[in-house]
Amino acid sequence: MMPTILPEIGHFALILALVISIVQGVIPLIGAHQGREDWLVLARPAAQLSFALLTISFGVLTWSFYINDFSVLYVAEHSNALLPTVYRIGAVWGGHEGSLLLWIFLLTGWGFAVAQLSKTLDEFMIARVLSVLGLIATGLLLFVLGTSNPFERLFPAAQDGRSLNPLLQDPGLVFHPPMLYMGYVGFSVAFAFAIASLLSGKLDAAWARWSRPWTITAWIFLTLGIALGSWWAYYELGWGGWWFWDPVENASFMPWLIGTALLHSLVVTEKRGGFKNWSVLLAIIAFSMSLLGTFLVRSGVLTSVHAFATDPRRGIFILILLSVVVGSSLFLYALRAPKSAIGGAFDLMSRETFILLGNVFLVVAAGSVLLGTLYPLLVDSLNLGKISVGPPYFNAVFVPIMIPVLFLLAVGPWANWKTTNLRLLLKRLWGAGVVAIVAAILIPRMMGDFSWLTALGFLLSFWIIASGILQTIRQLKVAKPTRSFIGMQLGHIGIAVFVIGVTMVSSYQEERDVRMGPSDTVMVGGYQVQMIEVVPAQGPNYQATRGVFEVSRHGRVERVLTPEKRNYDSSAMPMTEAAIDAGLTRDIYVSLGEPLENQAWAVRVYYKPFVDWIWGGCLLMALGGLFAVMDKRYRLRSKK
Amino acid sequence: MKPRHQRALWIVGALVALAIAAVLILNALNSNIALYVTPSDVVAGKAPKGQAFRIGGLVKPGSLKRDELVVHFIVTDLVKEIPVSYKGILPDLFKEGKGAVVQGKLDEDGQFVATEVLAKHDENYMPPEAKHALDQAQKNGDKP
Repeated sequence: MMPTILPEIGHFALILALVISIVQGVIPLIGAHQGREDWLVLARPAAQLSFALLTISFGVLTWSFYINDFSVLYVAEHSNALLPTVYRIGAVWGGHEGSLLLWIFLLTGWGFAVAQLSKTLDEFMIARVLSVLGLIATGLLLFVLGTSNPFERLFPAAQDGRSLNPLLQDPGLVFHPPMLYMGYVGFSVAFAFAIASLLSGKLDAAWARWSRPWTITAWIFLTLGIALGSWWAYYELGWGGWWFWDPVENASFMPWLIGTALLHSLVVTEKRGGFKNWSVLLAIIAFSMSLLGTFLVRSGVLTSVHAFATDPRRGIFILILLSVVVGSSLFLYALRAPKSAIGGAFDLMSRETFILLGNVFLVVAAGSVLLGTLYPLLVDSLNLGKISVGPPYFNAVFVPIMIPVLFLLAVGPWANWKTTNLRLLLKRLWGAGVVAIVAAILIPRMMGDFSWLTALGFLLSFWIIASGILQTIRQLKVAKPTRSFIGMQLGHIGIAVFVIGVTMVSSYQEERDVRMGPSDTVMVGGYQVQMIEVVPAQGPNYQATRGVFEVSRHGRVERVLTPEKRNYDSSAMPMTEAAIDAGLTRDIYVSLGEPLENQAWAVRVYYKPFVDWIWGGCLLMALGGLFAVMDKRYRLRSKK
Repeated sequence: MKPRHQRALWIVGALVALAIAAVLILNALNSNIALYVTPSDVVAGKAPKGQAFRIGGLVKPGSLKRDELVVHFIVTDLVKEIPVSYKGILPDLFKEGKGAVVQGKLDEDGQFVATEVLAKHDENYMPPEAKHALDQAQKNGDKP
């Protein structure tokens, strides 16, 4: 293949982008400070230009993967000629350098979107917002160019690449990182708005109205990204779990918790002018958590299922970046946060109180997750030994903290701003309470086993759903519900659906690791799973052993499942491909373990009731977010 | 109630809530952490008694034996060896001669009964705790 100079162009575009980002980060900021209009108008074109440059750079890297340019080290390490095209594209962010390039590409993309969609915002504000984004981009571009250049050449070029980790050769991986990063990086916009407002001292309802759609959009992506990751782990890792409290999962979950708190706090700031300081602080923390997440994943300091071989120098750079961002923004916060602006006063019984309580619990929850995630690091750095904090810790702490949140979720929307009548609240909600109690008693009885935690799960989820339905009916009688209202209800019901899924799976799942030979059967959840045979199979870049299993109920075969054990040509490591018969009320999950003697295999057979509701709930939440963003009052009006 | 009293009440309430949360968290942390112990330290009797812990090290080549669903293998830091048994299906990346981390307890015969064998995403990756165990053993200069 002809060597091209394209990778050099991609590299050069990155260097130019660094220069532009410095300009974008410094000049409009000074311009806004000194009131020099000719300086602050630079912000928009700079943001547009840096997005264009990153598009070139990212496009070149993608192209190099597409044409198998193994003279680029990163391509040679993460792809090979036999890899199907869609995974070659996914491989662009399959490693450290490429995923950081994606990070910056998305960051400039958000900056571009802000530049395009904020024509009505005053020039000083927009200059400051884009400057802050420019500064963040500068830090990350320095990082990429200094320690992790994706365009580094390999002389002489490799004949073929080393290939992508087989685990990552999956449609889930093609979408999971971009979604997650869109969310992570998206919080940079809320962060930039917060910093800009601190700088200008203009911390008002208009600021909240501007921040809200951006925050919600980032939150939608983050929600989808986490859900995709969880779903991917469920079917691809062959363990059948959907959440492991793994440090890297936690790293994505903490910004989500803080982001969720921020969404709600911004509502109060916009509608009532309250919680201003709190909203600003949450915006700072949310983005700091995103950076921390990047640090945890990319530094390799934590033992995690995501721990790929990494370079410690990179960790130190991100750590420095993290401390600069967190330190300087908190310093600015301490200096400039309005001292007296409490906003509208409110009673103990008011919507503000409910939102505040929910916020506090969400932040405490994020704090407890942070503690459990960083505790092993802390203990290790104090030389007190090496430890690990397991899922029992997180379940023991996180679940109790979430109970009041779920309870309040159904109450808050009924309450009035400023003050509300407790008796009226009780009158409106007793119906939902009855439904919840009945569900909590009946469903566990129908399913067989009763436990208090199970009953509590159904109590809370039906409490939320019933309250949501009652309120929607009430709203329909009065007026056409706004998109905001629909969004809120969908989001809350999404949480309830998620809780139902979690409760069902954790209470009633059946997991069997068994020895099975041809014609052996095993029963799970009223289904009979029979092994028919185990045959060899051939894939595009792997050899496989394929098991054939029949799933039947009441003597009738419903589905044939074919889990595989794959050996990829380019890798010594075998890969388990689970086969799943998915359904609305249950999944049947079969995966091959290891071969035993006499054609028998160790086989994993799972029955997972309502497991798809977990991700369905996340989809509903994201859909709710979408409705909220599309609300009329955020409709973009052009400045004429 | 005067506003000043009301505020005091709020503060006391918040402090009580915080204290309860702290107790819950510390309690949960205490009973749910697993210590990493190197094979040499296990042999030296430094492993926690009656509590689950983790061992990091290499899976000794040739030590893997299957007995239906139960697998037996040896985890070593190249100085001392610990026999491990595990009932269930091993992760894909578990291999003789490679690093591994196991969690479980010692039984009366000094055999480690694992409840969990940790899997990693990347075949070229060595768990830091396994590497730590090897380094530790080498530093002490013990002979096998």
